[in-house]
Amino acid sequence: MSTPLTQEQKVIHFLNRTSFGPTREDIQTANRLGIQVYLEQQLRPETIGDTVVEEKLAHLKTMRLSSRELIELYPLPKQPAGQEMMGQQMQGPRVVILELQQARLLRAVYSQRQLYEVMVDFWSNHFNIFAAKGADRWLTTSYDRDAIRPHALGRFKDLLLATAQSPAMLFYLDNWLSASPNAAVKFAPNNRRRGINENYARELMELHTLGVDGGYSQKDVQEVARCFTGWTIRQPRGEGGFYFEPRIHDSGEKILLGTRIPAGGGMEDGLRVIDLLARHPSTARFVSLKLARRFITDDPPPSLVNKAAEAFLRTGGDIPTVLRTLIESPEFFSPETFRAKVKKPLEFVASALRVTGAEVELSHQLLRYLGRMGEPLFLAQPPTGYPDSGPSWTSPDMLLTRMNFATDLVANRIPGSRVKVDALGDKASFARLIAPDALAQATRSALAETEGSQAVALLLAAPEFQRR
Amino acid sequence: MNPSRRHFLKSTGLGFLALGLPPAFLVRAAEAQQAGRGKVMVVVFQRGAMDGLNAVIPFKDPVYYSLRQSIAIAEPASGEERAIDLDGFYGLHPALAPLKSIYDKGHLAIVHAAGSPDNSRSHFDAQDYMEIGTPGIKNTPDGWLNRTLSDLSEMKKGPSPFRGVALTAQLPRILAGAAPALTLSSIDEFRLRSEAMAATLQKLYTGTSDSLFRFGGESLFAAMAKLRQVESKIPVSAERYPAGRFGTSLAQIARLIKANVGLEIAFTEIQGWDTHVNQGGAKGQMANRLKDLAEGLATFYRDLGDRIGDVVVITLSEFGRTARENGNRGTDHGHGNVMFALGGPVRGGKVYGRWPGLAPELLYEGRDLDLTTDFRTVCSEVISAHLGQKELAKIFPNFRPASQALGLIG
Repeated sequence: MSTPLTQEQKVIHFLNRTSFGPTREDIQTANRLGIQVYLEQQLRPETIGDTVVEEKLAHLKTMRLSSRELIELYPLPKQPAGQEMMGQQMQGPRVVILELQQARLLRAVYSQRQLYEVMVDFWSNHFNIFAAKGADRWLTTSYDRDAIRPHALGRFKDLLLATAQSPAMLFYLDNWLSASPNAAVKFAPNNRRRGINENYARELMELHTLGVDGGYSQKDVQEVARCFTGWTIRQPRGEGGFYFEPRIHDSGEKILLGTRIPAGGGMEDGLRVIDLLARHPSTARFVSLKLARRFITDDPPPSLVNKAAEAFLRTGGDIPTVLRTLIESPEFFSPETFRAKVKKPLEFVASALRVTGAEVELSHQLLRYLGRMGEPLFLAQPPTGYPDSGPSWTSPDMLLTRMNFATDLVANRIPGSRVKVDALGDKASFARLIAPDALAQATRSALAETEGSQAVALLLAAPEFQRR
Repeated sequence: MNPSRRHFLKSTGLGFLALGLPPAFLVRAAEAQQAGRGKVMVVVFQRGAMDGLNAVIPFKDPVYYSLRQSIAIAEPASGEERAIDLDGFYGLHPALAPLKSIYDKGHLAIVHAAGSPDNSRSHFDAQDYMEIGTPGIKNTPDGWLNRTLSDLSEMKKGPSPFRGVALTAQLPRILAGAAPALTLSSIDEFRLRSEAMAATLQKLYTGTSDSLFRFGGESLFAAMAKLRQVESKIPVSAERYPAGRFGTSLAQIARLIKANVGLEIAFTEIQGWDTHVNQGGAKGQMANRLKDLAEGLATFYRDLGDRIGDVVVITLSEFGRTARENGNRGTDHGHGNVMFALGGPVRGGKVYGRWPGLAPELLYEGRDLDLTTDFRTVCSEVISAHLGQKELAKIFPNFRPASQALGLIG
């Protein structure tokens, strides 16, 4: 397809990329304001009221508790996990993770600050932690609320620092245990000395900043790990807060990425690393590449990535500026970009709920469906988070689950969600919300032969709706 | 006459027919049986990098115990929580005890100091290299298991949708590529919830010009159709696999093998090997993972009975871990590792590979177990000697196997 997008297609495309899928209301708003004004509004989420979702979230009380309170109020149940009888109330930290997952899904569906929620999801994968690892069962709530969300549309460096100092990340990537082998401190229970743990230092450069080809060596990993010794947590399952422990810090000189960090810097060493990495051209390129992959296409043109990286460097990592550069680029509205992305499961499920105007309540079943499609929220075990490329999400098993979700949703067989098919209007206008003037011949003729709820289910299960 | 035809004739009591030309229907039946009972390779990926030095312990290397003060596995002697002697030099971790009798029967081989020659210590890159089969070269588009399928398909007609199956939600890199491959997480739930829409959805997915979805859709609908034909004949196993994803996936692979649906390559994975902290020794975190691995594999072995004669399982893990334990009673990302090969055709009861040693000057980059066997050598031998695929240059481009084969299969 090489004809330019129609105005209708542009609006659908814009909403597909900057939100969890268009609704009729969004389309009207975008038409009224124009895409540019709409985007500027979305880039300043603090100016957008969000009472509907806030009401929905009011029932999730763990979302407002501190890590310390969560640990106290939701201790591990006495019986081992997995032994709970069917129908029995979920207990302990599983409740905490479940509420976190529900909040993420409800926000994706109902928030008016859609671009912000898209970015929260993006950074959650970029700075992934695994919520089921040990103390992270209680620490992830604060990670999401206090580290990711405040900076999702802020400055990259602030986000990087917030994650570096978050107990959840310190625990997930083991930095809280990393200590100079020469430190005089000995630790309970065995009264032994600790040593360097490279885990965080490596992922910090490979996944959070420079990228694997960003030009660092094994020596750099070791030096960065030395810089971060002493960045730890006060009792992960007790007080839970970040603090710097000078007694286990390696106070010697470090040389990393060609920069000398003189001896005796203490906690400053880690801050200097954060600063160095946040300003590094490789970081600008790597983060821009990932953003371009999210907003443009799996394999974005290098010229566009470079343009975004320049904006990143010029503005000291101002995330809205980088996004503006991408979304206002000619590549964004090019015919090749139209529906070039495959929806991740969260994007697929949320967009189906949004486009059908489903009434969503707290629901295990919806979350279970997400899990079976391959994206159980907050539960990606490897530090890479969930992938953002088409072939990762189109395996036969995943397609089957998506088709089953579509039919179950429209038949109102998923407890916690309710679709009123009658309110969706005629099938032709519904189809225009999904792929205006872009349905395949096979889909069009199949649609001609179906009516009512089956037509809706068919459109949600069709290949067209799997893309955005 | 080929062995399976002979077997068929014998087992049906029609052996006398072998004296002359058997009737055509019997030839067809025997051939069908042979096609169904083909050779199978199962690949298990241990994601997160297993600590090979604590899975198969070089207890006679004097340096081992000096490197691992808190996590070392005691050398074999009477009593529990010690390594299980294999050959006077190596010992199995006690949690791998379920594999010992298979080793003794000669159906389990171990290759030590094996792995990928690339020096990446990134999980992601190293797994990728191992799955695409070209360490150090990132732009290889497909996985080596898929290339193996592509080549086998040229030799066969009427491919089954079950030739290559990953028991994972996501299609792994190792099976991605031009040849159709299936993902399946549960045989019983592998069906559409709305039968009424099945025909329409099949049309949409197999007729779309969106190749990504056509590709997945074609595999899906072909496999569902085939599964419905045979599902009543799939025996339910009497064996109890360990609870959890890994055991469940092996149980499904065993069912597919026994159902004769044309499975040639199966893939599954087992997570949780990234033991930076509190790895444990004879007990603990890693021991629990090993227990899951060993019980799963041993159950699979028993479950298959005679059919294990057609099956070879190999294990892969992206890299090994540091020879020296770190400051948190764990180990960091390393290099050389251990591979297992299990199955009827395996020449087991032996630890293969040259031992590089653990003295400081012998360690890779001064910190890790060195590599003496490329993982592709092991895979190549299974592909050629077991699956009968000789065109290895297509499967592992730019790789020249060691001049002397290990002789793992035979």
